[in-house]
This record gives sequence, structure tokens and C-alpha cells, in this order.
Amino acid sequence: MLERLTLGEALDGVAAGDFTAGEVTAALDARIDALDLRLNAYLHRAPGGAATNGAAPRGEEAPGGAATGGTPPGSAAPREDAPQDGGPLRGLPFTLKDNMNLRGTPTSCASRILEGYVSPYDCTAAARLLAAGGRYLGKTNMDEFGMGSSNEYSARGPVRNPWDLSRAPGGSSGGAAAAVAADLALFALGSDTGGSIRQPAALCGVVGAKPTYGRVSRHGLVAFASSLDQIGPIAKDVADAARVLELIMGRDPADATTLDAPVPDLRAAAAAGARGLRVGLPEGLADLGLDDAVAAVWEAAAAALAAQGGERVAVSLPSLRHATAAYYLLATAEASSNLARYDGARYGRRAAGAADLEGLYRRSRAEGFGPEVRRRIMLGTFALSRGYYEEYYLRAQKVRTLLARDFAAAWERCDCLLLPATPGPAFRLGERLDDPLAMYLGDVFTLPVNLAGLPAASVPVAVHEGLPLGMQVVGRPLDEATVFRAAGALERAFPFRETRRRAVDAALDAEGAP
Amino acid sequence: MSARNAGGGAAARGPGGEAAAGWEPVIGLEIHAQLRTRSKIFCGCEVAFGGEPNARCCPVCLGLPGALPVLNRHAVELALRVGLALGCRIAGRSIMARKNYFYPDLPKGYQITQYEAPLCEGGEVPFLLAGEKRRLRLTRIHLEEDAGKSLHGGGATRVDLDRAGVPLVEIVTEPELTSPAAAHAFLTALRRLLVWLEVCDGNMEEGSLRCDANVSLRRAGETTLGVKTELKNLNSFRGVEQALNFEIDRQAALLSAGQAVAPETRLWDAARREARPMRGKETEQDYRYFPEPDLPPLVVDAAWRESVRDGLPELPHERRRRFEEEYGLSPAEAELLTADRELADYFEAAAAGGDAALAARWVAGEILRLRRETGGFPVPPGTLGRLLTRVGEGAVSHTAAKTILERLAADGGEPDDWIEMLGLARLDDAAALAAAVDDVLAAHPDELARYRAGRTRLFRFFVGKVMEATGGRADPRRLDRLLRERLDD
Repeated sequence: MLERLTLGEALDGVAAGDFTAGEVTAALDARIDALDLRLNAYLHRAPGGAATNGAAPRGEEAPGGAATGGTPPGSAAPREDAPQDGGPLRGLPFTLKDNMNLRGTPTSCASRILEGYVSPYDCTAAARLLAAGGRYLGKTNMDEFGMGSSNEYSARGPVRNPWDLSRAPGGSSGGAAAAVAADLALFALGSDTGGSIRQPAALCGVVGAKPTYGRVSRHGLVAFASSLDQIGPIAKDVADAARVLELIMGRDPADATTLDAPVPDLRAAAAAGARGLRVGLPEGLADLGLDDAVAAVWEAAAAALAAQGGERVAVSLPSLRHATAAYYLLATAEASSNLARYDGARYGRRAAGAADLEGLYRRSRAEGFGPEVRRRIMLGTFALSRGYYEEYYLRAQKVRTLLARDFAAAWERCDCLLLPATPGPAFRLGERLDDPLAMYLGDVFTLPVNLAGLPAASVPVAVHEGLPLGMQVVGRPLDEATVFRAAGALERAFPFRETRRRAVDAALDAEGAP
Repeated sequence: MSARNAGGGAAARGPGGEAAAGWEPVIGLEIHAQLRTRSKIFCGCEVAFGGEPNARCCPVCLGLPGALPVLNRHAVELALRVGLALGCRIAGRSIMARKNYFYPDLPKGYQITQYEAPLCEGGEVPFLLAGEKRRLRLTRIHLEEDAGKSLHGGGATRVDLDRAGVPLVEIVTEPELTSPAAAHAFLTALRRLLVWLEVCDGNMEEGSLRCDANVSLRRAGETTLGVKTELKNLNSFRGVEQALNFEIDRQAALLSAGQAVAPETRLWDAARREARPMRGKETEQDYRYFPEPDLPPLVVDAAWRESVRDGLPELPHERRRRFEEEYGLSPAEAELLTADRELADYFEAAAAGGDAALAARWVAGEILRLRRETGGFPVPPGTLGRLLTRVGEGAVSHTAAKTILERLAADGGEPDDWIEMLGLARLDDAAALAAAVDDVLAAHPDELARYRAGRTRLFRFFVGKVMEATGGRADPRRLDRLLRERLDD
């Protein structure tokens, strides 16, 4: 049952010589083979299986192995920077969301427009995991270009929630969250623009963390909204998330927006306890669509932190109610520009039969982008258009400033904020497809955090009608340590691992193996 | 400052003359100058001209998914040099912006440029127009990346992205030029300055310097601006002047006939000498500018700004003034000798401690000729200085000095050695000079007779003959005296 291990347990086992990293990978591969046809969490897997590599003796690169991952364009040479089995990750495997470049692997962002595109370079976050001795296992499904909250907007089909296969896993890092929740991955990297790590982690009953904007390099992360995107871990427990985040944080000369700040000891923080922690509880969330059941769980979580020596503090974030509107203007504005490069002229999908350049652009983009991406490109283009820029883009920027002020005022009174990760539990596949606005409003508690660039984590704390619910901890800029301190305390109050395992096994058994 | 400061004349006179009568042109320019950095503005790819297409590209300048720009600080420094040299206000915090449009040679679908908060604002460029000092005010100078190049032909369009991401400054002037000749003179001065500052190689053929112009007409004396058109594809200063003349005539003809000028962009066709309108679609773009989220604000603190200022050389107009004041050169000489820094440096080194006026004449004459012939300065300035010292002392004549200069240019060496080797020391022996004069007079009896009959202009003829006979070694003043004595006997 090596696939059931947390990263921490697997590292201990490999260190003790109880098993090898390759055996862990093989167990995961076998489980992916058995279950992923139903979950659809993976879009690409390491050729030949990451197991081959994990089992390979140190310093010997297995031909066609995981890290080589296929053939980069114009080169058949194996990579010189092949990772070693040493390092903090000891040869254990990781997954990447399909919007992260890894040399020689396809990077499609779950979009038809990037059909056939193979990355010629590594994103910094993946390079850091490789350098730490990690092995590439595969790329996970997502909403196209990160645009969506259900993973239904994938050109490669929706991911199913392993707690209930009729429900969405959340998004856009839905494949990553589902894979970790169903023990199809040891841990995963996701990206979070408005909640795309925290929301699916919460809806799948696992831990997800988004660091302060600028903590993790975006170099090699395919941009959705550049001022909001951050990479972060999805993991089976808080300590695993802390361990992975520590490995990928830090300034990167290849990303001018990264911050030059020391990386805190997050695992120590996660174990430090909640004594003396001032926990801010935002007022007025009921007006923002908070479900009664979620409200009760929120109250229970706050009480649990207080019981561990924390202090409850009511705080006010008056601009929160404008955040969703501002977010969908700013994120789409940036996206409309970021996605302009997919025009069929240089790489990816090119439409056939276009009569002229204009036709090539129109047809390639119409055929290549799915409905949600098209919707957001149009919305964002509008927000930036002459005559509307001031009314939309600039006003949204003002909301962003006001929101940052609200948070800054809150930090005068508390050390972290506690709020639900989502207004309700996982919804049924198809339920919100015809109602984009309902889908957007589901991000109401996560996207303000991106607008303010703050660190946050979501932790599963309860099961409601058979589905997990997650709480979110938000911290001051660069104060991931306090976020992990509160997250660790929540995890100790609400042990979730066995709950998840039993529920997921039951759901997968009930559906029956194909 | 009024428009007249930068103007060339009150009324426009196109090549046709007639059509523009009574109309005053108002001209503004936009100059794109390629900065002389080793690498591109947002990635480490090399900047070079020519070679195989698409050989100097990486994920960043190809606009591959996930690639991010990182601003090249050297490009910022070069832009700061321009801004500081021209007296611009330097923004402590300027913003990079995206200009969105679709074109195959624009790999990201947007150009990274500056829009609302440029690096430099204000400033002015001094220039000479027909010997008169003028100034043209600048609106702004900003940093941006170049696009790639579309190569049309053979039924296909190919794209070369080697130029994509090459750093540029865009220099925008106030619309205060009032003649095409003034535009030409301004551009000449600006180009000289950019090359002088070592920020741009100024090569228009390779596209290192490009210019767009906009022009409108108004009745002489009016203060409001007319409808302007923009002229593109002006790939030489002469082209700018021709295109402006053409456009001024065209607009004047329209306005004189009571018709309106359409606000449009027109492409200059240098071969046909005419400008045709671009399709409306291409000119009415909404570029949807917004701040570039991948790049933090560009912060230039006082320390950085001042360190760049400290590294500025003396500027051409400053040097021109100093040459006039310190060396007593005429404005024309000073202008000529400050055409570029190498020349100005050469002159100063040659003039050091000697007769500056003499050095100026020699550099402006013989040395510039040698430079045209050889592409350089074959005679080191110190060597020229030593030769001119001998000329000044009267040890060698000008004619002899020219001969020596040729040898110095061809074979190197020292002036004194050549003087001795070629026997070109001035003829100091009065008897020898007198003998040479007598020989010449004896050999030209007809001329002598005509001279004495009143054709006194033949004096120069006899001087030349004596000089020829003495290999240029005769002291001109002594010869003059001696010759007059003999002729007027």
C-alpha cells in the first residue's frame, strides 16, 4: 500500500531502507493504471513510467526515463541535469499541472490550441523539484488555461471528484486535487489565480497552499493572469504541503516579480500550535452566499483554534463584496493579452483552409479555444478597450487597492484570517455549466486573497453529506509561517486522512472497477 | 518656447512652390533608435544584424507559453544617457506597458513598451539650421522592444524573429518644426548625438535608426493645429525631407481647394516619390494599453541616475561652443570638427599645445580627406601636431608639409625624419632662393614681358614656378619679397 503514504512517510521509509522511491512510484503507477480511466486526472504520464527512473541506481540515467520525458524539439540528447536520487525528495515522484513547462513533455493547458506543443524548457518550480531529487510522474488535468472552477472546461474531458464521481473536483487544478485525494499522486503542483489550488483541494478533501505573490517563480508557468498567478502544492497533509512549498519558494532571476525574502521553516511552523494566535473572522460572509452547513463548520473551526489557545477577533473587510467583480475584470483583461500569442502562426494548432491572415487568426482561435476561454478573452478585451478602460480596468484596480487596505487594517488586529475555502461543497458535474455567474461566485472567498497577493492554505475539516469541506487560512504578505501554524492546528483538531481514504475508497468501489 | 525656435521659415515652400503658399507646416517626429546593448531587452539573446534568420531567439523573444521578460539594465542605462544628455525629466518610477495587436512578427501578440509613465519627459535637442542655432522640444523618450521582421515574397510570408526583443528608445518631439529642411537638420543633430553618446550606431540602412513624421498645415500666423497625417517608411533623412515636402504640397493643394485633410497614416514610397494611405483598418487600431504585469515598475533612484549622468561625455553642442571659445574657431569650423566624437577628439589632441587655428584648418582639410579615403585616421594626432609645430616655426612650408603628411599616412614615422629624408626643410639660403627666382624669370621671358606690361596677376604664376622648382621649400614671405624686387626692377 505504498501509494497510500504521505510524502513525509515515504521519505522516512526510503531513508530507513524499508522500500525504494521506485517502489512507491510503481505503486502509484499501478493505481493510476487502475483508476484514472474513471477519474481522468492525468493528461500525460512519464514515458516508460517514472518507476524505471526511481529504481535506477544513483547517477545512471535510464534511457527514455521520466526526467527525459520524451524528445525535446530538435534534440534527442538526454538532459545533462538529470536529477539524482539523493536530495530532499529522494527520488520520489511529483505531478505538474498541465500549464507548467517541463522540457520534452507536452504542455497543453488542457486546450486544443496547444495540441502537439512540446516544451523546450523547464519551469523553475519543476526544475527545483528535480534538483531536489524529485521525479516527474505526469501532468494533471485542469480547466483550459486555468479558467474554470470545476475542471469541466478541459478540452480533454472533465475530472471526477473521487468522493463522488458525479461531482466536480473543483478547479482549475482539479486533476491535481483529485489525483492526490485518490492516492494517484504523492503530491502535486497546482497553480492558483483566484482559488485554483485551494478550492479543488477543499472540494477533494486535501491540503492546498498558495504562497504570497512573488514567492514562487512563474517562469515556465503558462500565464492566465500574470498579476494573480502563483504555483503552490496540493498535498495529503499540512506537513507535506509545507515541505514542498519550502522547496519551490525563493527568488528567481528569470521572473522579475519574484521576491527576495528568506524562506521560512514551514514544517516547524505547522507544528508550533495556535497558542496566542489572533485569528481574524471576517464579518458579513453570510451576504456573500455562505451555505449554512459551511457556516457551522466555520464556527467549529474557529472554536477549535480558540480551544488550542488562539484568540478570536472579528474583523471587517468591507471591499470583499466588490472583489469578485474586480477579479473577473482584471483577470480576464490580463488573460486577453496573455492568450493573444496563441494565434496559429508559430506553434500549436493552426486552422486549415484560412484564406488570409485575419482568417487564420479567427479560425485557429475559434477552433482552438473552448467556450469559457473565449468568454473570458472577450470580457477582458472589452475591459481594456478604449472608452471602457477607465470604467472597468482602472476601477477594478481601485477595488484591488481598497481590498489591500482592508486586509492591512485587519493585520492590525489579527495574525491570520480564518474563512471557508468555498461557500459550499462540491457541486454536480454540469450543474453550473449553463450559469457562469454562479460558477464565478463560488470563488468569492478565495479570489480576494489573490487580488491582495496574500499567502493562504486550505485544509479539510469536515464532511457534510458525504462531501469534504475546507477552511482557509490567510496570512500577512510573506507570512506563510503563520498560515502553516494555523493550518497545522486545524489539522490536529480535525484529523482527516482516514476519513478521506475511507470515503474515496467507498466511492471508487461503489462505482465498480471497469 | 515658440515654434519659431525650431522652424526653418515662416511659410512652406514645397518643391512645386506654388501650392503651399500661405500655409505654414507644423511637423513632429517620432524616432526609434536601437540601443547598442549586447543582449536583447528582455532576454539574454545576442543583438546583431544579418546572419541566418531566427538564429538568435529563445523562449522569451519567441513568446513561448510561460516565458517571462526580465528587463535589461544596460538598455535602461543607455536610455537614461539619452534622457540626461537632452535635459529630460527622468521618472523615478516608470511603468512598462503592453500594446496589444495581432501580427505574425509580434510573437506575444503585444509589444512591451511604455505608455502612461515613460522613463523620460521633456528635454530638447539643439541643432543648427543654415548656421543658426535652434532647439526642438521633446515630448518624451521611452523604452520598448522591437518586433520581428516579416519577409514577403515567393507567395509566402516568412518571419524572422532575430530582431524581436531588440531594445529601442522611442523619441517623440513636440510638433514644433516648421519646415522639412528643419526636420532634416534636427535629425542630423539627433543622430550625431545618439552616436556621440554611444547609445546607437545610427545606421539607417540596418534599421538602427527609424523615423516617422506627422505634419499638418495652418494659415501662417494661426495658433491652432490643423488635421495631421502620419508618414511612415521614411528610411533616410533625405526621405523624411522629401516625404514632408510631398505631403505639405498635397495638403496645401487640398486646403487651398477648400477640401479637408483626412487624418490618416501614409506610407512613403521612396522609389516613386509619393506617399499612399495605409488601409484604414491598420490605422484605427485600439491597442488596449495596460501596465505590463510581468515587470515591476522601473525604479531609477537618484544614485543610479547621477552615476549615469557622471558618465556622460561632453556633448556635441557643448563642445562646439568650447571650440569656438577656447580655440577661437569659427562656428562653421567648430560644427565641422564636432561632427563626431572621434573627429573632435582627434582635433583636440592635434591642437594640444600648438596653433589651434592651424590644426583646425588641417584637420578640416587634409585629415578629413584622408579619413574619407582610408576610413580612419592614419596619422596619429600627436604626429600631426608635431608636423604643424614645424609649419608654425616656418621650418617647412605648407606644401612640403602636405607631402610629409602623405608619407606619414602611408608609411608612418616621425615628421622630422621625413623632413630630413626628403630634404624638405625650408630653403633658408638667400642666395639659393635668389638663384631659383632668376632661373624661373629667365625661363619665362614671355610671362615676364606681359607682367611688366601690366598683367600683375601673373605674380602668382611666378610664385608657383619657384615653389615647384624648390620642391615647396621656399619661405613664401621671403620669396614674395624677393620676387617683387626682381619683377619691379
